[in-house]
Amino acid sequence: MFRKFAVPLTSTVIGLATLSSVVQARDSIRIVGSSTLFPFATVVAEKLGSRGKYKTPVVESTGTGGGMKLFCAGVGVGHPDFTNASRAIKESEIKLCEQNGVSKIVEIIIGNDGIAFANSVKSRQVNFTLAQLWVAMAEHGPKPTRWSEIDASLPNTAIKILAPPPTSGTRDAWNDLVMKEGCKSAGKHEALGKKKCAVFREDGAVEEVGENDTLIVKRLSADPEAFGIFGFSFLDMNGDRIQGATIEGVEIDLDTIQTYDYPISRPLFFYAKKAHVGVIPGMQEYLNAFVSESAIGEYGYLGDIGLVPLESKKLAEIRNRVKNLTTL
Amino acid sequence: MTDPPPSNRRESNERVRRRYASERRFQWYGRLAMLLGVAVLAFLVLTVFSSGYSAFVRHQIGVEVFFDTDALGITAQSPVEELEQAEYLLLLRKNLFKMFPKIRKRRDRKQLLGLISSNSGGELRDLVVSNPAVLGTKQTVWVTSSSNVDQILKGNAPREIAEKSRLLGDKQLKWMDSLADEGRLRKKFNPYFFTRGDSRAPEMAGIWGAILGSFWALMVCLLLSFPLGVAAAIYLEEFAPKNRWSELIEVNINNLAAVPSIIFGLLGLAVFLNFFGVPRGTPLVGGMVLSLMTLPTIIIACRSALKAVPPSIREGAMGMGASPMQVVLHHVFPLALPGTLTGVIIGLARALGETAPLLMIGMFAFVVDLPGGLLDSATALPVQIYLWAESSERGYVELTAAGIMVILSFMVVMNSIAMYFRKRFERRW
Repeated sequence: MFRKFAVPLTSTVIGLATLSSVVQARDSIRIVGSSTLFPFATVVAEKLGSRGKYKTPVVESTGTGGGMKLFCAGVGVGHPDFTNASRAIKESEIKLCEQNGVSKIVEIIIGNDGIAFANSVKSRQVNFTLAQLWVAMAEHGPKPTRWSEIDASLPNTAIKILAPPPTSGTRDAWNDLVMKEGCKSAGKHEALGKKKCAVFREDGAVEEVGENDTLIVKRLSADPEAFGIFGFSFLDMNGDRIQGATIEGVEIDLDTIQTYDYPISRPLFFYAKKAHVGVIPGMQEYLNAFVSESAIGEYGYLGDIGLVPLESKKLAEIRNRVKNLTTL
Repeated sequence: MTDPPPSNRRESNERVRRRYASERRFQWYGRLAMLLGVAVLAFLVLTVFSSGYSAFVRHQIGVEVFFDTDALGITAQSPVEELEQAEYLLLLRKNLFKMFPKIRKRRDRKQLLGLISSNSGGELRDLVVSNPAVLGTKQTVWVTSSSNVDQILKGNAPREIAEKSRLLGDKQLKWMDSLADEGRLRKKFNPYFFTRGDSRAPEMAGIWGAILGSFWALMVCLLLSFPLGVAAAIYLEEFAPKNRWSELIEVNINNLAAVPSIIFGLLGLAVFLNFFGVPRGTPLVGGMVLSLMTLPTIIIACRSALKAVPPSIREGAMGMGASPMQVVLHHVFPLALPGTLTGVIIGLARALGETAPLLMIGMFAFVVDLPGGLLDSATALPVQIYLWAESSERGYVELTAAGIMVILSFMVVMNSIAMYFRKRFERRW
């Protein structure tokens, strides 16, 4: 009885093996990149797909750094078409791209994001200066154990901060906007230099958690003493559980992020591979849908889920860039 | 034999009593351990069930829709493509505004739209495409409510809190209540959960896409690992010479069965994706990686099943003049098949619950379209659950729990089948 099955089984195995060696054409867009932009990219992707003409783009959440690696690996259907980034592309990444033949990249700024420093609503709302945040988190600082040791205005609780991992774009932005600036205003910039300023302390007061912002929110609402670092959209969605601290006296909200009055504000990007436009169906349409008024405009649907819109002048410039596919 | 002196007898009675007592204690430890396990399991199932069962129902809002052929630009005779491309969401919005003529401000109207699902235009489209006769008539169409309405009505999100932190504004609550008073709000079974792929609107998201993805991946896994595993096991057990090499291979196979699954994912990334160029994020590569994981399990199960076949069978067959291959294929392997199948099913059940290797090969993705084959982008059940658990919208909490219920029931079914095989076909020698 075994002989009857042996032939079909073997041929299936061989068939599968040959199938895998055939690189086939792709008819749906593939997007990789930052977990911060994941909610926005998926919404636009679904809207594009629901119109029926194109297949819904597939969005993978890999983190900004991981996305850049995949994006820059080459041109062709085996490589992603877009990568989302919660920071601008680095020199080294542009070089990597060029080495692999990805020379024409279109950079699109889709809006702004504020990074919230938030705690549970069960505790009181606190105001921090950038220097205080640096002192609390830096390896090369005094390493206090309680907030009140830094300043009498801060709560008398243990310092416990849940921070994003080094692969995250949020972390890069935090390093730039808080660790570097805080270091400066604490007057340690000269002595330490840029690199040392950005090092997080490793005695347990700052805990690196994965790229899972929902998990941070859950832990914050369970532990009223802890503070967490994550994108504004998560604060916006969970207003009944967590509150953002004011930074340098500025409340975190749509207006203060858009004007960059809130000190920890940053632009959000995505990058498109120009060589794929016209090859993978729907590329231009995805780009158009993303920068349309109904998406990232003042009252667009991405605003409803926490994206802070660009100022109109900047938006016009970006739309122009999409129209002409101006590369970096 | 004389009786031992009374003092001795008392001592021995005491010893026996202590021995019984310690045995009783031992049994109670066992019962306690089991009770603890059952309690934890019951707690788990209960929490999952209590937060997940509400995902099987949804709320619908009855909107009075006039299917205006002029506004849509189509007639009942239009070809299907034109029917599909018409602007249904716009029509639905206009008709919703008509039901609340007092709401005129742009901001308020936007809030009113927050009551219905942003994808409800698709529901209108499906209705018209399946029955073009509705064009030109007035109908009450039950469209899916937005997730926020759904969550508040189900009691998953609090209603009696400050407006700022509530999912719906004061005005929206008022409109919702007035709809309920008019009988335009109803609770129904949620078919989307079982028929659709992922969505960024929780009320539109379903588990079917992930089930299909898991199914295709497991098919590939089965087709690869079953023949390979059985062939390897038969060779190692029945034909291979017992020397240092076969011992080395055996140690390695047992070792592989204990390797953390993420390692197989890395291997898949390096070999299947980067070297062989298998398309990223497809059930094909997922199944290939999972089959690496299942192979050792199948080989070990099949080998021990072969080992359990008594030598008398082999000797009897040999005595009747069967060749070694005939002995194995006609007599030994058929008797070892039930044990092997049990191993296969348990291996597949483990593969079904695996997330880590899929993370590395791109199945960790947002996929809306249902995968129709091995080369379509897909995701898998446990990945889908994780993606939902990660999303910030409140509606995903119940979806996560419901997804866990689905995967648990698949596990129960698969393990029961394995148990059935064991009980039904097992032979005691």
